[in-house]
Amino acid sequence: MIDLFGDPAIWLPFAFAALMGLSILIYVVLDGFDLGVGILFPMASRVEQDRMIGSIGPFWDANETWLVLAVGLLLVAFPTAHGMILSTLYLPVFIMLIGLILRGVAFEFRAKARSEHKRLWNALFFGGSLATALAQGFMLGLYIMGLDQTPETLAFATLTAVFLAVGYSFIGACWLIFKTEGALQRKAVRWGRESLWGVILGMGAVSLASPFVSTRIFDKWFSWPEALWLSPLPLVSGGLVVALWVLLRRMPFPGDRKAWVPFTLATTLFTLAFGGLAYSFYPYVVPERLTIYEAASAPESLLIILVGACFVVPVIIAYSIFAYAIFRGKATDLRYD
Amino acid sequence: MDTLILSRIQFGANISFHILFPTITIALGWVLLFFRVRYGQTGDMKWMDAYRFWVKIFALSFAMGVVSGITMSFQFGTNWPGFMETVGNIAGPLLAYEVLTAFFLEAAFIGIMLFGFSRVPGWLHTLATFLVAFGTMLSAFWIIVLNSWMHTPQGFEMIDGVAHATDWGAIIFNPSMPYRFAHMIIASGLTVAFLIAGVSAFRWLLGDRKRDVRMTLKVGVAMAAVLIPVQIFIGDIHGLNTLENQPQKVAAMEGNWETSTNVPLLLFAIPDEEARENRFEVGIPNLASWILTHHADGEVPGLNDFVAEDGTVMHPPVAPVFWSFRIMVGTGLAMLSLSWVAVFLMWRRRHLHQGQIAGHWLAVEGLPKLVLYALVAMAFSGWLATLAGWYTTEIGRQPWLVQGVMTTAQAVADVPAPMVLGTLLTYLAIYAGLIFAYIGVVVYLARKAVIGDTPSFPETPQSPKAIVPALQPGE
Repeated sequence: MIDLFGDPAIWLPFAFAALMGLSILIYVVLDGFDLGVGILFPMASRVEQDRMIGSIGPFWDANETWLVLAVGLLLVAFPTAHGMILSTLYLPVFIMLIGLILRGVAFEFRAKARSEHKRLWNALFFGGSLATALAQGFMLGLYIMGLDQTPETLAFATLTAVFLAVGYSFIGACWLIFKTEGALQRKAVRWGRESLWGVILGMGAVSLASPFVSTRIFDKWFSWPEALWLSPLPLVSGGLVVALWVLLRRMPFPGDRKAWVPFTLATTLFTLAFGGLAYSFYPYVVPERLTIYEAASAPESLLIILVGACFVVPVIIAYSIFAYAIFRGKATDLRYD
Repeated sequence: MDTLILSRIQFGANISFHILFPTITIALGWVLLFFRVRYGQTGDMKWMDAYRFWVKIFALSFAMGVVSGITMSFQFGTNWPGFMETVGNIAGPLLAYEVLTAFFLEAAFIGIMLFGFSRVPGWLHTLATFLVAFGTMLSAFWIIVLNSWMHTPQGFEMIDGVAHATDWGAIIFNPSMPYRFAHMIIASGLTVAFLIAGVSAFRWLLGDRKRDVRMTLKVGVAMAAVLIPVQIFIGDIHGLNTLENQPQKVAAMEGNWETSTNVPLLLFAIPDEEARENRFEVGIPNLASWILTHHADGEVPGLNDFVAEDGTVMHPPVAPVFWSFRIMVGTGLAMLSLSWVAVFLMWRRRHLHQGQIAGHWLAVEGLPKLVLYALVAMAFSGWLATLAGWYTTEIGRQPWLVQGVMTTAQAVADVPAPMVLGTLLTYLAIYAGLIFAYIGVVVYLARKAVIGDTPSFPETPQSPKAIVPALQPGE
């Protein structure tokens, strides 16, 4: 194996960075939609709220597991970076964790506690989802700014916090279009249309800011011929945004045609944006300070995880798809029987 | 207070809160599988009624476990970066295998287990229940492997201050792992047994005479009565294993300052670390020597052996270990007496079992009110014993983080103390609120089951094809 791939100190960190990137991307799409549904929660009626919970209830546990995998991979593959990034982001991480705790337990409590308390758990479900999204957006902004904490970078991070929360609402709305029908679906179409601006502004802000923070990133994007190879990325993203805009103005179509399309386009858009970010920051795991090669654990430990991951990750993906398939179709209210 | 002690309290608070819920889900998953399989075999609705009641508590506990577990994985980085920097090559793969092999399995199939009963064939629902139970136990296995390795590390070498794995077999099957794993699994079984018995006794006292309550009360009490002697036996051999590998911990558990023979078992004492002696000792002569060495004149290690020439103390703080150990053992003895008395009373008056005389070994009618009240009072006793046990072993490892390899102080992050204090107080407030809400919901679900929610037609077994009465949406 080593003959095939050359120096394991080179390809192993790369493989782990790729695996971690994949986990983060899957997390952002999957937990993105269920956090987004949480953020949209107060805008729905009580009956609709139960249906919204029904559309994410069987999935959210598994969705959050991708975050555990991503931070776990950062922890095991790049321990120095894990310490550097997380102790710098101490407070936003804390806020995110509190948010995740509150929304996760509110899921269960709102359905099981006495009905007088349901309002409280609904509020915590919304608040927890919003806090999680804002904290993640804030961390993303600070990360793009090279983890420096000055008034300007904090202001930028505040912006990305808002954009990511709106972005999650957007993909959440697309999920609801796919999984619901009737009045709620029409509402979701409207929510999708109204939150699309957040996606556009957020992606625009990040695309503009990152090359100006680092000349290295600027050179990676705007030198010839790389600019040519990279041009499809912004062009396709632009096309997707236009397609989403057109669709969301016309939906829902009779017979529920194309209900799956907005979510698929949104996922593609998120994937492209993520790919752009990954390209910008490679090979750094801590921007401009620590590369994946410097931060990596010992090759023999990485190898033993990778061997396991090669067997297990496809199985995980297979049974996750299976679980989604079982609950395919329009969401119903959740029942234990 | 400084960052170190605050970070320790914060981690201790987080992990204490976390362990409460896996302690329930590890064993409750298997109990639910038992209910599910019995329903499949007999078609008797009492099994499905029990399944549907307890699966709600499982779902709630599972969610609490997931969210508090996520907190743990982040705190390694936010508060203890030195841990992964030093032993990351060993801890990393173990944690990764936990997430990859176990966490995903539970999380993916719990959806089917909870909400799939009417969507998937019966065998698949049973399989999903099995996979969730199995995943939960596998998850516990990997975590216990890492934890045990921190107590009894082997299979590695230190290169430039960083641990590198040399033998994964030795790392995974480190000397204390089998004992600790068995001790924890049985602890989970006991916690669940007393929870089921306590909640069922509560329903019984409120006048609930449905067949599923009768059954779960018997199952809970019988499970407790069977498991508690096993646990006492495993606890004893685990203690002997600790004596071999971490004598300073055993010295603190016994409150024994000087290495000596004929050491008494102390029932009460106030260890004084300043004076390095105990005050107000009450003990049973020779018993500690006898328990630890099986000879009345056996030698028991003393704490004074673990003080360096320069006065550096290399043994754990004595009082917390001494007292946690006594709380754990005391709770265990209370569990033993209550469960055996309850089984005996139910067996002696088995002819009282309503309807059928033959074929029933136990009758709930045999339990006097006092015993039922005691079962209710002990519903969460498993939590107390589990926490006390973990405090004994984890505080008992101090000042080491990884025994003989690195101290806790070497791993702590340089976060300002006021910031840690702020986050700690917030966590504590939220955890207190959530535990309160959790117990409140368990009580509420039990009360609701007593009044409304009439399950199947009582006293008549149903065929598997019988129509399952619908629950209210979102329940």
